[in-house]
Amino acid sequence: MTTQHTTWFKAAPISAFPENGGACVKYHDRQIAVFHFKQLDKWYATDNECPHKHQMILSRGMLGDQQGHPKVACPFHKKTFSLETGLNLQGEDYCINVYPVKVEDGFVFIGV
Amino acid sequence: MAQPQKVVVVGNGMVGYKFCEKLLNKAGGGSFSITVIGEEPRPAYDRVHLSAYFSGTSVDELTMAPASWYAENGIQLLTGECVLHIHPEAHYVMTHTGRKIEYDKLILATGSSAFVPPVPGVEKEGVFVYRTIEDLDAIISYAQGASRAAVIGGGLLGLEAAKATLDLGLETHVIEFAPRLMPRQLDAAGAGMLKRKMEALGIQIHLNKNTAHFEGESNVKGLAFVDNTSLEVDMVVVSAGIRPRDELAKQAGLGVGPRGGIMVNDELQTTDSDIYAIGECALHKGMIYGLVAPGYEMAEVVANNLTLSIAKKGDVKSFHAFDMSTKLKLIGVDVASFGEPFCEHTPHDTIVVEDKLKGIYKRLNVTTDGKHLLGGILVGEADNYNMLLQMVKNQMILPPNPEDLVMPVRKGESAGAGMGVASLPDDASICSCENITKGTICEAIEGQNLGDVAAIKKCTKAGTGCGGCVPMLSDLLTETLKKQGKTVKKVLCEHFDYSRQEMYHLIKMSGTRTFDEVLEKHGKGCGCEVCKPAVASMLASIYNDVIAKQAVIQDTNDRYLANIQRGGTYSVVPRVPGGEITADQLIALGTVAKKYDLYCKITGGQRVDLFGARVEQLPFIWEELIDVGFESGHAYGKALRTVKSCVGNTWCRFGVQDAVGYAVRIENRYKGIRAPHKLKSAVSGCTRECAEAQSKDFGIIATEKGWNLYLCGNGGIKPQHAVLFASDLDDDTCIKYIDRFLMFYIKTAEPLQRTATWFNKLEGGLEYLRDVIINDSLGICEELEKEMEYLIETYHDEWRVAVETPEIRARFTHFVNSEEADPTLEFVEMRGQKRPSDW
Repeated sequence: MTTQHTTWFKAAPISAFPENGGACVKYHDRQIAVFHFKQLDKWYATDNECPHKHQMILSRGMLGDQQGHPKVACPFHKKTFSLETGLNLQGEDYCINVYPVKVEDGFVFIGV
Repeated sequence: MAQPQKVVVVGNGMVGYKFCEKLLNKAGGGSFSITVIGEEPRPAYDRVHLSAYFSGTSVDELTMAPASWYAENGIQLLTGECVLHIHPEAHYVMTHTGRKIEYDKLILATGSSAFVPPVPGVEKEGVFVYRTIEDLDAIISYAQGASRAAVIGGGLLGLEAAKATLDLGLETHVIEFAPRLMPRQLDAAGAGMLKRKMEALGIQIHLNKNTAHFEGESNVKGLAFVDNTSLEVDMVVVSAGIRPRDELAKQAGLGVGPRGGIMVNDELQTTDSDIYAIGECALHKGMIYGLVAPGYEMAEVVANNLTLSIAKKGDVKSFHAFDMSTKLKLIGVDVASFGEPFCEHTPHDTIVVEDKLKGIYKRLNVTTDGKHLLGGILVGEADNYNMLLQMVKNQMILPPNPEDLVMPVRKGESAGAGMGVASLPDDASICSCENITKGTICEAIEGQNLGDVAAIKKCTKAGTGCGGCVPMLSDLLTETLKKQGKTVKKVLCEHFDYSRQEMYHLIKMSGTRTFDEVLEKHGKGCGCEVCKPAVASMLASIYNDVIAKQAVIQDTNDRYLANIQRGGTYSVVPRVPGGEITADQLIALGTVAKKYDLYCKITGGQRVDLFGARVEQLPFIWEELIDVGFESGHAYGKALRTVKSCVGNTWCRFGVQDAVGYAVRIENRYKGIRAPHKLKSAVSGCTRECAEAQSKDFGIIATEKGWNLYLCGNGGIKPQHAVLFASDLDDDTCIKYIDRFLMFYIKTAEPLQRTATWFNKLEGGLEYLRDVIINDSLGICEELEKEMEYLIETYHDEWRVAVETPEIRARFTHFVNSEEADPTLEFVEMRGQKRPSDW
């Protein structure tokens, strides 16, 4: 782990993100999907791009769990990805980057 | 420990392979040392489904078991090697490579070869047989330079070959010597029906044709017939029958039949008791069996008896005359022949159903006392084949009206009496390829807790041959589980242990109004992309709250109240009830489309679809549309889409009712109502049916006296006509029935089940549905009407709510930390409009 070099980017206030849903954050020319998984009391961040058809869409995906493991389903073709590891949960080859998230003073920060 | 017995199998086809599999299963490793010699370059493959090779099934998929299987089981497999001599006295065989292989028991599974009649010119280039993968490869490669093909032989295999040449894009002719197709399986009328069907598919059939010689120089250019006619073709596939491969046996001095075939007794021993013959090369009581099922049975008998000779327990098995019943799909046409199809020498009466319009011919041969079925022929529809075959084999007593067994089954009506798997005896053979009985399958389901057809296949091998019995396996599974008090329950997903119908009831009873409440009370975990939208749909059907208030449990289209399209933009479809639209409304649509640079398309449902709206534009676009009187069209929802109409008697000279007026009334009545799946409707003003109402979930066609109501049709992947539910209804009665029908469907269907699928699974079918909705047989009609009334009263235009509610409206952005639009969106020009660039 190389966490010591993590840069924390201040994304938006907590209220900007729907509970048990996601929203997209712009960081320079990158797009990061941020999810407030309220049921688990956790925050997750991933690439906004779904690697299946390269669509900037995952922030509009649906949250859920598979045997207790948190996941997001892409709106286009229901490809599901682990929010913990970024791996595709249907056993397909592509995966997404996941980023650390912290919440401080009512704001959401993403480690980029 | 005794030396393992040396078993040598000559021939690695389906039967040779099956023999190895059975011997291993019975004896386990160690008792035998098995050597298999096959002349083809690859391990045994499924010759029955050889034609699938043309439609893209690979050799690997056709292979019975890979070479590694033989190795793992200690079998020495020699492919591409021919046996040249058998030495019965010295007990060894000699192969073409000079390899000498000793045996204790020799199994001949040499199969057969295609019979090629000695017609002059048959040796020309472009003349093929249809037997092995190499033959098929040769046909495929030659076909590239050909345009017209003839298949000589109108039997089973010939028609398969004809399909292959048709699939290769060739003009295809079938030449048959007999006066009809498939003369061994079909009678004249059945064959005539098959011929019509084949011709309709573009295959030209020539009967009573005897080929005199092949024309052409080195390459075939045509066929000349004995009757002095000829046919120009540049490719020929000969499929005139099979000849058993008995040359090795003959040379070794074993007994062979006068017309070929290695003579065997009931234990499949040849005239040398250490040599057996199984499959198509064996001649048993004057019969050669050219089907796989009897071949497998022969493999079973020999494997059993060899094991017996070592294990010294169990019973000697013998082979008996085997049923030649067969069912297949020829170029999409079902053909079956079972029991005694002709009954030439058995007293009988026939029941014949012939429908030339639909291309269906069915014949049953029944004993003269009407009690038993002897056999029959099915062309065009063979759904009942398995049951009919079982009735013959088990000599079951026929139901009082045996004609019901072959009357065409209409959708929704249950099949004739006595047709369920429950009525079969335990020793009924369900899978005839593997010879597995109902008793064995049911025991496996119960004893080993099998839960699906795949598990049954794996455990019992039933259904792994031709696959024809798979529907019966599924019925047996349901039946057996039902008997055990278990139901094959369709639960929503891992988070809810209930079917949709149960969930619907629970939500209503518990009064839960949000997903979180429902999950807490009736489910577990966090939910997922399956249960969230399903629960959202049920909540909407029950309470009709504003769905945008629980946006994160809605499928993406419902979450943004628009249809997501490639690239991540959305399309907008305002409601246009009945397809009636004013010039001002059209202008308004055009103005908005132009302002936001939207791609315009008229939909199939008489509406206008505007594509390419960015998520943050949606509220602005809708604000303008609402201002000129448009409402959400729910094109994004599992809800009522459109009620299409023809112009009706207000303009049309043929119309008998006001179709548009009625369509507008219906669309406004049911708009916004959410259901398990989308709902489509149409109203036609006369019997010409220009609105295509019979392809809708509920369709209405005007009559002189009122309206005919059709239910449960759909287009889509599996088009299905709606069924006539009631006739000559007045305006209000028709609506009353639709109210009840829709609510009944909404409450009882599975998630994402259209009305057609729902109806097909509805026990009791159309009669039951009429009973519930017209006669109120369940006593629920008042409740259904009340629930529908509630949904209609609570209608709201959800786009108006979204635009006017700031916290909902605020969600329509791409970024939460920037006003910017998604910079990755790209469009290209197409026929004067835009479209997203390719993904």
